[in-house]
Amino acid sequence: MNAQQQWTAYTTILVKEVLRFSRIWVQTIIPPVITTALYFVIFGNLIGSQISDMGGHSYINFITPGLIMMTVITNSYANVVSSFYGSKFQGNIAEMLVSPTPNWIILAGFISGGVARGLAVGLAVTLVSLFFSSLNVQHIFVTFTIVLLTSMLFSLAGLINAVYAKSFDDITIVPTFVLTPLTYLGGIFYSIAMLPPFWQNASLLNPVLYMVNGFRYGILGTSDMSIWVSYGVIVAFILLLGGFSLHLLNKGIGTRS
Amino acid sequence: MSQQIPTSEIRANIFAFISVKKNGMTTALDIQGLRKTYDNGFTALKGIDLRVEQGDFFALLGANGAGKSTTIGIASSLVNKTDGKVSIFGYDLDTQREQAKAQIGLVPQEFNFNIFEPVVEIVVNQGGYYGIPRAEAFARAEVLLKQLGLWDKARDQARNLSGGMKRRLMIARSLIHQPRLLILDEPTAGVDIEIRRSMWEFLRKLNAEGTTIILTTHYLEEAESLCRNIGIIDRGELIENTSMKKLLNRLDTESYVFDLASPVTALPATSNLCHFTLQDPTTLEVVFHKEHYSLNKVFAFLNEHGVIVNSMRNKTNRLEQLFMDLVENNKQ
Ligand SMILES: Nc1ncnc2c1ncn2[C@@H]1O[C@H](COP(=O)(O)OP(=O)(O)OP(=O)(O)O)[C@@H](O)[C@H]1O
Ligand SMILES: [Mg+2]
Repeated sequence: MNAQQQWTAYTTILVKEVLRFSRIWVQTIIPPVITTALYFVIFGNLIGSQISDMGGHSYINFITPGLIMMTVITNSYANVVSSFYGSKFQGNIAEMLVSPTPNWIILAGFISGGVARGLAVGLAVTLVSLFFSSLNVQHIFVTFTIVLLTSMLFSLAGLINAVYAKSFDDITIVPTFVLTPLTYLGGIFYSIAMLPPFWQNASLLNPVLYMVNGFRYGILGTSDMSIWVSYGVIVAFILLLGGFSLHLLNKGIGTRS
Repeated sequence: MSQQIPTSEIRANIFAFISVKKNGMTTALDIQGLRKTYDNGFTALKGIDLRVEQGDFFALLGANGAGKSTTIGIASSLVNKTDGKVSIFGYDLDTQREQAKAQIGLVPQEFNFNIFEPVVEIVVNQGGYYGIPRAEAFARAEVLLKQLGLWDKARDQARNLSGGMKRRLMIARSLIHQPRLLILDEPTAGVDIEIRRSMWEFLRKLNAEGTTIILTTHYLEEAESLCRNIGIIDRGELIENTSMKKLLNRLDTESYVFDLASPVTALPATSNLCHFTLQDPTTLEVVFHKEHYSLNKVFAFLNEHGVIVNSMRNKTNRLEQLFMDLVENNKQ
């Protein structure tokens, strides 16, 4: 395939993915918006008003970047895991596998679909947050690149989950037992400076921490760590999971018998 | 003065070269020593050698579980092979997979499209995976869906199609990139007689226009009517690979069933060249050697004994008989 044809294949996958989650927007866009609005009301307004400032910000302002980030993470992941597993389950992944579309394009197409959903929902949640908090984005470039890279990273994670999944149970187990704990413990609701030293160090092993803090730095200008460390960790994970995903597709693990 | 070859001559030579390539025997599918052991340890293919020439209409036959779909799956990159070589129009599957894939259109045995997608989207998107721009793919999809009688369903979700329509959808999808080799894995399973006939016509026309076709089916009269060459797989081995004509010629007997006008209790003994069996008093079965006997002789004999025949039919499909014999022999 020449570059032009590869571009056609890529946009075909991307458009198909975007249409897929847009068609079922009641299941894909609305629920995270409602959930996050509830978080804002309960943790931000009701409980948050009883909590003193954190990292120099009102509690609701402090948690807003984390809540947006959490939405982006879960939606990017959910989009790719359900779309890719769905096409394995129905068999239509074969449509791509028999075609000359190279695996890296297939990968790029699915990941872009996940990013599209992550960003769409992230944007919707950000708009909702404006009703509750007063955000004043400090570093627009950092904010955007961190959210983009994080979305890519969790799209990749979703794809790997889908490759190994053998049943619909398998695509809910990882989010429930791995993804949710990691995000909740990833410094969305608190600054790790509040934790005892042991748990502070333990938290540093959680990659989500770097993303939430990177994003918080972009929006609020404060972070538990240097922004370069955040970038470094995210990019390293993207390269790792991206390379691994491509390897899985090339070998046909989970897709070819 | 320098010797210059006129451009027209060069062009003529190039065309000659191309047409030789076209008319000369190019192998559409070349399989050598193909083995497949699935992850669960089951060996589905035990070393298959198979050649299908360009322009052929080839039947791949075999009982359930013989290994037809496995072979097709490997050729179309859906199944990893364990050992052996496969090339499609000369493109090796190991070293030139992308080019090899571009030559093939596949109609799989199982429905494998997204049932929530609209029919036309399924076909157009498939074009996208082959690098065909959307507008062009859409124009082609319209032609194909019209030819296959699905255009009025183009905007429906695929799950709303009937079984036979779903098969035709998969045929349309497989042709969007105008493949040189079309592989159909039981395309007529669950398709009614009328649609099956029109599908046959469609495939015949496609083949006449130059597309090489490989087809599996359990309807042997379908293979007999459509295909020029035939391969029979039995438990992972290719036990026959020949032309349909040669295979059918190998049948040295003909058998018919006669419906008699009045009941008959017994018939005189016949030679070993012609054998009668009474299935019931008004149904008579005859088997005779094609070379040494004829229907005329059979009727002369029956006339002699005052037996009146009302109607007659072939006992079984001839190919079916051969197929059973071959598979039976392979068991020993
Ligand atoms: N994914 C798989 N894992 C393990 N064994 C398999 C797998 N797919 C097929 N087989 C086995 O390989 C053998 C050949 O199967 P295949 O599907 O190629 O048969 P077939 O000739 O197409 O049969 P049918 O006419 O029923 O479609 C069967 O015994 C089948 O059980
Ligand atoms: Mg089969």
